[in-house]
Formats: sequence, structure tokens, C-alpha cells
Amino acid sequence: MANEHLVKELDQVVVRFSGDSGDGMQLAGNIFSAVSAVLGNDISTFPDYPAEIRAPQGTLSGVSSYQIHIGGDKVYTSGNKCDVLVAMNPAALKVNVKNITPQTIIITDADSFTDKDLEKAQYATKDPFTELGINNTVIDVPITSMCRESLKNSGMDNKSILKCKNMLALGLVCWLFDRPLDHAMQMLNTKFAKKPDVATANIKVLTDGYNYGHNIHASVPTYRVETKGEKRKGIYRDVNGNAATAYGLVAAAEKAGLQLFLGSYPITPATDILHELAKLKNLGVITVQCEDEISGCCNAIGASFGGALGVTSTSGPGLCLKSEAINLAVIAELPLVVVDVQRSGPSTGMPTKSEQTDLLQAMFGRNGESPLVVIAATSPTDCFDSAYMACKLALEHMTPVILLTDGYIANGSAAWRIPSLDEYPEIRPPYVTPEMREGWKPYRRNPDNFVRYWAVPGTEGFMHRLGGLEKDFSTSAISTDAVNHQKMVVTRRNKIEKVADCIPLQEVLGDKDDADLLIVGWGGTFGHLYDTMRTMRADGKKVALAHFKYINPLPRNTEELLRKYPRIVVAEQDMGQFAGLLRMRVPGVDFKQFNRIKGQPFKVSRLVEEFTKMMEE
Amino acid sequence: MQEQQYTAKDFKSDQYVRWCPGCGDHALLNSLQKAMAELGIPPHMTAVVSGIGCSSRLPYYMNTYGFHTIHGRAAAIASGLKVANPAITVWQISGDGDGLAIGGNHFIHALRRNVNINIVLLNNRIYGLTKGQYSPTSPRGFVSKSSPYGTVEDPFRPAELAFGARGRFFARCVDVDSPCSVEVLKASARHKGASVVEVLQNCVIFNNGSQSALATKELRAENAIYLEAGKPMLFGKDHDKGLVQDGFGLKVVRLGENGVTEKDILVHDPHCEDNTLHMKLALMEGPDFPVALGVIRDVQAPCYDEAVRAQIEEVKAKKREHTLEEFLHTGDTWEIK
Repeated sequence: MANEHLVKELDQVVVRFSGDSGDGMQLAGNIFSAVSAVLGNDISTFPDYPAEIRAPQGTLSGVSSYQIHIGGDKVYTSGNKCDVLVAMNPAALKVNVKNITPQTIIITDADSFTDKDLEKAQYATKDPFTELGINNTVIDVPITSMCRESLKNSGMDNKSILKCKNMLALGLVCWLFDRPLDHAMQMLNTKFAKKPDVATANIKVLTDGYNYGHNIHASVPTYRVETKGEKRKGIYRDVNGNAATAYGLVAAAEKAGLQLFLGSYPITPATDILHELAKLKNLGVITVQCEDEISGCCNAIGASFGGALGVTSTSGPGLCLKSEAINLAVIAELPLVVVDVQRSGPSTGMPTKSEQTDLLQAMFGRNGESPLVVIAATSPTDCFDSAYMACKLALEHMTPVILLTDGYIANGSAAWRIPSLDEYPEIRPPYVTPEMREGWKPYRRNPDNFVRYWAVPGTEGFMHRLGGLEKDFSTSAISTDAVNHQKMVVTRRNKIEKVADCIPLQEVLGDKDDADLLIVGWGGTFGHLYDTMRTMRADGKKVALAHFKYINPLPRNTEELLRKYPRIVVAEQDMGQFAGLLRMRVPGVDFKQFNRIKGQPFKVSRLVEEFTKMMEE
Repeated sequence: MQEQQYTAKDFKSDQYVRWCPGCGDHALLNSLQKAMAELGIPPHMTAVVSGIGCSSRLPYYMNTYGFHTIHGRAAAIASGLKVANPAITVWQISGDGDGLAIGGNHFIHALRRNVNINIVLLNNRIYGLTKGQYSPTSPRGFVSKSSPYGTVEDPFRPAELAFGARGRFFARCVDVDSPCSVEVLKASARHKGASVVEVLQNCVIFNNGSQSALATKELRAENAIYLEAGKPMLFGKDHDKGLVQDGFGLKVVRLGENGVTEKDILVHDPHCEDNTLHMKLALMEGPDFPVALGVIRDVQAPCYDEAVRAQIEEVKAKKREHTLEEFLHTGDTWEIK
């Protein structure tokens, strides 16, 4: 690195804050991403935290990280390796050594690299940098002691003072990227509105960190990420996938003129949906924190039966528990939205790590022939659109819809242009009308799409009984007739297949006419696969991407497009569940697979390497 | 509300009732339809939700809104229905297996939350639909297909479980005793909050005679006591036996013996907050004690469905944003021009 002061212009940059899980890295990261977004940069974030609330201090298992990808133009992922790493202790350094390049600038807290700290992080020697083979520029700042010095006259106790350490690091990073502090200050004032002393202390440390950077500026270059390209005009806010999901549900309820009812049970990483909706009582949202996952789903079904938009949110283990109840909604043909924020399994697995391994559970994880709609959100902001569509399809087709998101997009955030609800399609549930009253039966259907009509309790003249027992196609009474059962099974399947008329055709991006390789993906991996395609095309290769959001039913043009390309690779964070599903739906196509289930996002460089190899075969 | 606007027939569906001849469910079904007619709530404002089991077929026989759901989950589905659509009078029909075994968790939490639903617990102390296994209310030592050498576990006593879950309404009746059944079912519907009516029910096929001590009017006169608010706790065909408090417990006395007069007899107060005596009454068993019938406990407390709505109104009054778009434009936003 040059010794004179430099300002480097970059198109994009990746910053990773890491420290002990009590070090406030999530907050520092969050503020930094907001500060960048306000300047017009595009952002994508990835919080990577342990399941333990406070693992033993200073240990490898307690490291919590927050990665932010900032771009002058659009960014699609939370980034690969980082350009700047904040490592608040030796454990954070060790855990993140795999996330750096030789050019990465590392900011460390000099005060937390004592022999004891090194021992806790299981170093064999007293020189962590040599031991890890790190030869990078290291800004070694005595963060802890500077924080103490900064607040020595604040009257705060030592513990409270040390809680502000993250702001010193944040101040340094803000200086490094030439970010003004006013928005950060405003955020701190809002966050600690009820504790003005804490706000003042945090702001003081933040400012001191920034000024410290200024004073040492001769030794490292600073960066500037200028906003480029035409960004869509509008009011923006920072949103993570779980919040966007919650907002999408509210939007659909408002559009449909229905009460939104969430029945839920806390489970990582889906709980924030419950948190978000519980806050929105002023929008008329009902949230019931139930006694268990089953009850969450059953309460939502009861609410749907009662004429509300019933939703339940969960993650994989909870989806297992809800299976029987979801099946009730399948046979009773009631609207129900089940949000499954996928996490690593099986069983409890790795609760805070992301995977795409619930696809076939969502498709088939119930007894009997049990078709329903499956949608997979593709990015944090797409969670809004996907949740909206999940509600629309559930209400208009009288069916459960499983919305798959995942830990990565649920916790990851991005700048989001606040939409107007006028931009979204109407939602019109198939309510009964007075003229249907004569001889009405609950399982009488619209002959065009096989959807039954919705008679909400309280409607005179439409009393009826639903239930888990098979019903007669015409009389709606309980039936064990063989021919009738076959007919009902086929009807329920056809009803779901008809949903394909109401979803968009599958889009192909990149070299859609003459690609030598079609990348196929689904759900939360869109950003990484899109970047992979861009990188390969920039390298002169003919590559296209078909990234699926509608899993069941598949878009009408799926078969046609899949038969068009000489090579297809299905890339997913499971052992090939979508590839398997496609083989079943579109037989005879040779689907190659790329499967990684490490609980971490794809690495674009790795995908490029693997796919390039496939193209040479 | 206009009473007697309806007859029991208005609540009967056109479906053929398929319970075994002699099953106690028939009698309860008739009592329920009669109670609904007397309550005067229109069929379209009534919903009956059940789980799985013999008694859970009941909604199909009602000309109301009905939902025959899945095993054990009736309380959770009924709760969601009531909270989402509070105008509807919601009944839950569950057996002892459905309500207290597989659905035990939902049962206690519905009571704890005090959701305004009327839970009718048909207790025949056996699994009938699966053909004769012991249930969570079968007595210790009970011999059944799944316990050929007798059970080695103690049963739940529904009242004890209900009170343990802070149940505010608990009543009991015998399946064949229609006048009492109709009265307690009506009382349970009028009670605001979660209510439990335990119906002592005979399964003629797999557990016949389990209620034989209470099967006839004469037997009930001797072996049961009808509790009425404000009335002394007297029973017996000559109305000469009564209950008095004896130390920490209850004791059966006879009027005129040892100088006992009606003044010494306990007077029933179902509205007493303290449930100690309610519990003692509900747990009385023969042959030493009469079985308590009627409304044992009926205490008012805030109910969940109302509180949920009230909180929404409270927050709406406090906050300015009442639509999603208004909300999304608050907080940290920025403009790109």
C-alpha cells in the first residue's frame, strides 16, 4: 500500500464487521448500510451470527458478523470476499480469514489481542497474523482503550462504556469510505430515543472514531463509491426479507379488504415476521403467539374459515409440525399462507444458517395426494412481492400456499423503493353471491378454474360443514365412494395446475437465444446466480439464467424453455431437490447439478469456475 | 335477542346420524340443538368446530357453520375462528382423547387465554372410533384392548386440568339427562370467555356402564347433586342429604341427624373468584360423595378475543399511520430524485 493519502474510486466494495456476539456488530453493520443507501448506493447485506445468544466471550463459536455489499450501480448479492474486515478480536480474525483476499484492509482492536484472547481463540502462537498467513494492511487501533478514554467523563460504568466500542469501529469505517455521520447520528438518536445519555455516548464515540481515522489518514487510502446509473426515482427504505414478507402480507390484506391474521410460534430465523407484524396493530393486524407450531397453523386456518386472511410463519422444523394442518386446508380448500424461512437441517440443524432444503417437503411433505401452491422469494425485496402473490393466489384459488424464503434473504437487507399499492393487482376472493343460495353446496366449483366458493360464517343461507373427510363432488356430503375419491383427487390437482394461468411466464436472462449453458436456480440464490452469469458473459461465454420463483405450478413455458438449451445446470443449496422435481416434470432433459449445502451463500467465483468447467466438457 | 325464535329442528342438518344405537352422543346432540334454539342465536351466526373421534362427527349433524378438523386441534381452530370473527358463537366438540390427550396443549391454552368459545367435552373414558383403547380419563387399572392387564397410570380429571389452566367456567352434565344438559349448555354459551361443559357419556360398545351410577333419574337423585347458584347443596330423593365443610374438606350430612339443619348446609356460589371449593365439588366421586352436576364455576375475566380487538383500537388511536403506505413512509427513508 502506498504511504501517501489516496482516495480510491470503486464500483463496489464489501465490508464485513465481525466481533464477539455481544460486540454490537449487527448494529454497526446496519447503520453503515443505511448510511450508504442514503447516499444513493445500492446495498445488499448478510448478517451471519451464531445461534447462541452470548457464546463464551472471545471464542470462535461466539463470532458474529455482518457483511455489506455497496455498489455505485445495482448489487445483486451480499458480496463474496470482503475489501474491509473489522475484526474486534482474534476469534473474529480467525473465523473470517477465509473471507479475505490479500488486498483486504483489516481493522482490529489492538486491545483485544492479549495472550488470553489468543488462547480463547485457540491460536498456537503469539503472532496471529503470521499464524494465519495474513500479510495485509492492518489498521491496528486500540479501540477498547480509546472508547474508555472517549467516555471517561460520561459518568457511565465500564460495562456501558464498552458497549460503545462498535461505534468507534463504525466511525473508522465511515471515515474510510468518506461517509458523513449525520444520518448515523440520526439513527442513533432514534434508536436510543428513550435513553438520551446512551445516544450521546454512542455519537461521541462514533465521532471520535471518525476523527481518529482522519488523524492517521496518511497511512491508508480512503474509498469512494460513487452512485452511478439511473436509479428508479422514489422514496426508499432499507428492508430485510422478513420485514418485506410482513409488509407484503399486510399489503395483500389491505388490497383484499381482509383482516390479516398471523398465528405463529417463535422459531429462528422466521421470528422477525411475527415481531414485525406484532408492531403493526395500528394497521389492524392480528398476531397470535400460539402455544406451538401446530396451533399457529390451526389458528390461521380457523381465521381463514372465519373469513380472514390466515397466515402462519415458521422455519423447517415448524413446517414438519404444521404438515397435518396444512393438509386440512388442502382438503377443506381454505386460503392459507404458510411462510417457511428455510434454515439448515435436518432436525434442529444449524438454526441461523441458510439452506434451500425444504423444497420437496413443501411440495410433497404431507399424506395423501396433497397439491398446493409453492412460491420461492428470490431476494430480500422480492419477499414483499412474493408474499403479496402468495396471499393473492391463496385467496383467489382457495388453497394453501407455501412461501419459501430462507435465512439468507430473510436477514439480508437491501434498499427498497417503497411501492404504491396501486402498482399491485387486485385481489378478488371467490365469495358466494346471493343468487348462488338456492341449492348451494360448499364444494360446488367454478367450472373454469375448479375453485370452490367462499361462504364466510355469518352469511345467511350458506351454512355448511367442511372437514378433513373426503366429500362427494356434487353433494358435498362425506363420501367413501371409490369413483368419487379419484374424481376429487384429480380435481384438487387440476385446481392447482390452473393456477399456472395466473402467474407470469418464466423469464430467461442473458443469452436467452443462443446460450451454450442455461443456469437454472430458484428462490434466494438469484443474486449469486445472476452475478455468475454476468461474470461469465463478460468473459465472452454464452450463458443464460432461468431463475424460478413459481415452483408449483411451474410457469406454462417451463418445458419449452428447458428443452431449448444444449447444457443445463441446476444450482441449488440442497442435494438436488429442484433438479429432481424438474426431471419429474420435464422428463428426458439432462440436468447437471451444482449443490452446496454449507449454510453459507454461494461464492460467485466458485460457481464461475465450476460452470466454466461444465461448458468445456 | 329474541328468545324462542328457533326450534331444535332449525339446527338439524339433513345428514343421517351415524353413531351407534344407544350412544350418549345422540342425547347430547339433541340437547345441544335444543339449547341453541333456546339461546335464540341464528344458525348462520353459530359455528361448531370439532376434532377427530366419534363425538367429533357432530358438526355434520348441525345446520350451522361447521368444521370437522383434525385430531386434537379443535381448540386451536376454534380460537382462530373466534378471534378473526368475534360475531360468531363458537362451539367446540371434543372427546376425552381429542381434547385431553392429543389436544391437551390447545385445551389448556384456550382456557388460559380465555378465548370466548364453548368447549363441550364428551367424556366416555375410552377411545371409541379406534375401537376400544384406554383414554387419558380411564381409571387406573382399566382393562382395554391396549391395556389387557390394566393401565398402570392415573387419569386426568378434566375439572382439575381446567382449573389448573385458570378455567373460569366449568359445568357438568350426564348425556341422558337432557334438562340439565340444556341448562348447562345455555349457561356455557352465555358465559363470556372459555367455558367447559364435561358431559359424562356412555359408550355402549366399548365402555358400557361407565356412567351406570348416574344412568337414571332415580340413581342421579341419590348419586349426584345438582348445584344451583344461591341454593343449599342438598341431594337425595327426599332432598335430605347435604354438603358441609369439614376442616379442609367436604362432608355429606343428613338433615335432622346430629342437629343438622338446612342453615348448616353450604350454599353454592359459582361466581366466587377463589376456586378452592369449586375444585372440591368438581372432584367429588361416589360412593362416598355425590357427583356434582350443573354449573360448578362461572367467573368473569377479560376474554382474549375482545382484548385483541381492544388493543388494536388503542394502538390505532395512538398512531397516525393506519395504512401500509403511510407506515412505510415513516422512519428511515430517503429520496432518489
